[in-house]
Amino acid sequence: MDRVDGPLLDAAPRLKVISQLAVGLDNVDVAEATRRGIPVGYTPGVLAKATADVAFALLMSAARRISESERWVRDGQWTLAFHPLRWLGVDVHEKTLGIIGMGQIGLEMARRGRGFDMNIIYHSRSRRPDLEAEYGLVYVDLPTLLAESDFVSLHMPLTPETRHYIGEAELRQMKPTAILVNAARGPVVDSRALYTALKEGWIYAAGLDVTDPEPIPAADPLLTLENVVIAPHVGSASLASRGAMCMLAARNLIAGLEGNPLVRCANPEVYKA
Amino acid sequence: MTYGHEPVSPEMIATSPNLKAISVVGVGYDHVHVETCRERGIAVGHTPGILSDTTADMTMALLLATARNIVPAYNHVQVSKQWKYYDPNILWGTDVHHATLGIVGMGRIGHAVAKRARAFDMRVLYYKRERRPDWEEELGVEYVTFENLLEVSDFVTLHVPLTEETTHLIGEAELALMKKTAILVNIARGPVVDHYALYDALKQGQIAGAAVDVTEPEPINTDHPLLSLDNVIVAPHLGSATVQTRMKMATMAMENLLAGLKGEQLPYGVLQPNFPR
Repeated sequence: MDRVDGPLLDAAPRLKVISQLAVGLDNVDVAEATRRGIPVGYTPGVLAKATADVAFALLMSAARRISESERWVRDGQWTLAFHPLRWLGVDVHEKTLGIIGMGQIGLEMARRGRGFDMNIIYHSRSRRPDLEAEYGLVYVDLPTLLAESDFVSLHMPLTPETRHYIGEAELRQMKPTAILVNAARGPVVDSRALYTALKEGWIYAAGLDVTDPEPIPAADPLLTLENVVIAPHVGSASLASRGAMCMLAARNLIAGLEGNPLVRCANPEVYKA
Repeated sequence: MTYGHEPVSPEMIATSPNLKAISVVGVGYDHVHVETCRERGIAVGHTPGILSDTTADMTMALLLATARNIVPAYNHVQVSKQWKYYDPNILWGTDVHHATLGIVGMGRIGHAVAKRARAFDMRVLYYKRERRPDWEEELGVEYVTFENLLEVSDFVTLHVPLTEETTHLIGEAELALMKKTAILVNIARGPVVDHYALYDALKQGQIAGAAVDVTEPEPINTDHPLLSLDNVIVAPHLGSATVQTRMKMATMAMENLLAGLKGEQLPYGVLQPNFPR
């Protein structure tokens, strides 16, 4: 992701609008753009369901060891008809799903979990009593979420406060049978601590759509582990989502160039100046 | 006690005169020659119900993995380590949310799959021999003909037992009816699908992808043409493969076996004991 910050803005004095083809804005210095009167467009909402689909896909692939076992089949190792104790995974139905960050994507994750009769607990900066009532969510503090969850899924934006939100201390609090899912931003997790946690069995497995750094270097020790499933940031990679994102980003761009309010503006306070 | 892969044939039964009970660790008993057991008064037990949710979980896992390219992603990032720069154009998948799922054969496992699919806002169609209007009401699923299901579904999942009628239920003609963008999931029994027709359909782009947890034969031979394709996931019969479920299955199968040996009613019987007195 390209950095859009002071130096870039200095070099572009006639810039009228910034249109980001994503919902995450950690690569944009939004405060600086606001100071300079530049509206910043982004694409919330249209990718929430597709991203939740990928997060859930990674959760399930990790739980049922699909990538690993398929590789074993492809390597010609499936020789006996039945291995009753081989490739055993963990159940998803009726387990506890802990969601950190209850925005649109977090909510979509919760809805999917309900289809598996999961017990959904969440932790977030702000409580959502409306969602608690409608979807049967239970708000808990972070230590409770980490201790009780069978699956922990991260859905926060990357900010200075959420950098390394999940580190050694948090991973040690999780169950040894638990699975961590990160489809938010790589740096929300301390990757070195995650490697240790997976290697030493502090947690059972992880599913990642985002890494730190991105792309993950070939020499990264996470790539030596069997109990991690990594996808190269495909959360929104479907025709419908990317199409909707592109349309929205284009409309934001055109609106900005024409001096009109953006369709989805990340810094609406820019218009109050 | 049998896990379901060695056929329990009339010949095998004939050469085991003291055989009193067969306890299958699993729900499908297509490999047991039930007619011979009935004639000889041999009890047969299985483990229904207990694996329905775990198998439905695996069905969704395979569906999601195929739809969103989780296995190609794993290969790209972790196996061949080719992820060198952010490329927004790779590994585009098929949306699962709001897609149409067609469930062929809706027993306990199919019912559990329907429930999960609805949580993804999928439109769920089903075909089975006897309609279940109560389930239509409960789950919000729609009954359609077999042909219609194949024609309009984005994902087709098979949940029929293996019988003479369902052998090669999905063959060349059925695959031709499916959408070119469709994905087939088979977690039922290998022979329900004609594997050579499946290979042709995948190779020629008649359907977009498939995920199979069961094959014909099992294990699949290592030089089978299906294994040369990258738009199919082949998992080694893991439908019920979780620690909890396998333990429960083992316990049920043991209860069946002990009852059968004592000539008592099997708790989960296909054929109850009928010992000549």
